[in-house]
Amino acid sequence: MKYLLILSAFVLLGSVAFTTRIPAEATTGRVWADSVKKDPETGLAVDSNLPLIKAHCTACHSSKLITQNKFTRTGWVDKIRWMQKYHKLWDLGPSEVAVLDYLEKYYGPSKQTFDGRRKPLEKPSWYKLR
Amino acid sequence: MNDNLNKNSMRVNNRRNFLKKSVLGVVGSVWSSELVYALPAGYVPLGLHPVDNDKEALKGKSPEMVVLNDRPWNVEAPAHLLDDAVTPAEKMFIRNNGIVPETIDSKNWTLTIKGESVKATKTYTLEELKKRFKVHTYQLTLECGGNGRAGYFPSTSGNQWTQGGISCAEWTGVQLKDILADAGIKDDAVYIGYYGKDIHPSREPGKVVISRGVPIKKALEDETLIAWAMNGKDIPVVHGFPLRLVIGGWPASVSGKWLHTIAVRNKVHDGPKMTGKSYKVPIEPVEPGVDPPEDQFRIIESMPVKSLITYPQTGAMLELGKTLKLRGHAWAGDLEVKKLEVSIDFGATWQKAQLQAPKNRLAWQHWTADVQFPRKGYYEVWARATDSQGVSQPMVMPQWNPEGYINNSCHRIAVKIV
Repeated sequence: MKYLLILSAFVLLGSVAFTTRIPAEATTGRVWADSVKKDPETGLAVDSNLPLIKAHCTACHSSKLITQNKFTRTGWVDKIRWMQKYHKLWDLGPSEVAVLDYLEKYYGPSKQTFDGRRKPLEKPSWYKLR
Repeated sequence: MNDNLNKNSMRVNNRRNFLKKSVLGVVGSVWSSELVYALPAGYVPLGLHPVDNDKEALKGKSPEMVVLNDRPWNVEAPAHLLDDAVTPAEKMFIRNNGIVPETIDSKNWTLTIKGESVKATKTYTLEELKKRFKVHTYQLTLECGGNGRAGYFPSTSGNQWTQGGISCAEWTGVQLKDILADAGIKDDAVYIGYYGKDIHPSREPGKVVISRGVPIKKALEDETLIAWAMNGKDIPVVHGFPLRLVIGGWPASVSGKWLHTIAVRNKVHDGPKMTGKSYKVPIEPVEPGVDPPEDQFRIIESMPVKSLITYPQTGAMLELGKTLKLRGHAWAGDLEVKKLEVSIDFGATWQKAQLQAPKNRLAWQHWTADVQFPRKGYYEVWARATDSQGVSQPMVMPQWNPEGYINNSCHRIAVKIV
């Protein structure tokens, strides 16, 4: 119960205390299904578990650290353990499963396989060279 | 200075501790709208600081810079923005690991030389450094070890740099070797490590964010500077004002910002981000996706040979028959670039570019090439540099590594002949 209260307060305080951060619009260039709605404040996928992400992750670091990456569930567990080891991240307790569900769902490895030795050049915006 | 900094750090407080404490204090009224008044005495929300150096990080930066991460700041330049011979501050990439110091007292700034392999700990004021030692200016290439990470597949963890984590600015300061000679170092010196005044993302006062270094041999090179000026002006705050260790040709993370201490070590320096897998690659090459244990990694030293096409910007449309005047830069870590070639047919044929000598050792080199196209259509222009030991950039991705470092594959741009 105490845990839940602390958590809820994190969410609430998060929106009060950290309003100075710049909005993280979706600038990562990831291919996403159009149906995925993004949170305007963080650029993260809107989901019932998003408040947990705001409480445990973006309270201390940029959401871009999430949106830039694609990891397997195990990969995300490694990141959490690393932050717990080096960056004083707390024990996520029973929330860890939900946090991982969210990360795996929206920021898992690309479904599109690529087995080449060099990704194709991104399509440029064409312009007339003077 | 230390007191000031600590006071300020305390004022802002560790965000997590603050949150926990406040919550415990007002646990009954968590949902009350009065929560905002439950801030601890002395707590100043970030936005109300007179000057928030971290928030000001992008001040003066070109609007074309690309923000990869805003906490901590990781900002890169698109390739065409790096066209200047000497990179101006507004186009210089930012790779911060922590928060920019909140108070910087440049008048009372000092540099301390300490460690197992220094004869006696010695502290110099910034003014002493400027007066007592010979002043040198060098153009130095600083490239993020993770520059190009976005190209790796399977994708690797960290900020997804494309090509823009590279700069070559003109740095002015004193040679570290002169200072170490004055301080006196012992014969058993192996490594140096820097300490800076950036704030740990957890906001824990005194917690070191990043403290890397180089072997003593590299530290004693002429071009290893303790610098206070960049391009003839004070170093911009976000790039390390008022004092920075600047070491060209190696991962830029060895060039410590907001420098206050150099430790001369009798072993490989073991500060944060020297250990684990940070700035390291597997000793033995691995299959993509394979991540060996920590003891099978080695520290990245000299960066590999690399080049950029800085003109034109990708996407150029040009009339058939016109000559495309390409230009860019090339660099090779501790070495020099001896050849730069361009290809418009995916490497089937290569044309030699005009390559200039570097302004000084460890500066990037400028190149130009005039290219003509045989017929209308879509082309890619590729550039490939070769270093003084005959090693070239790969056209495909180089050896995959778990942390996604040192991608020096050829840069290329799209061109349409119409």
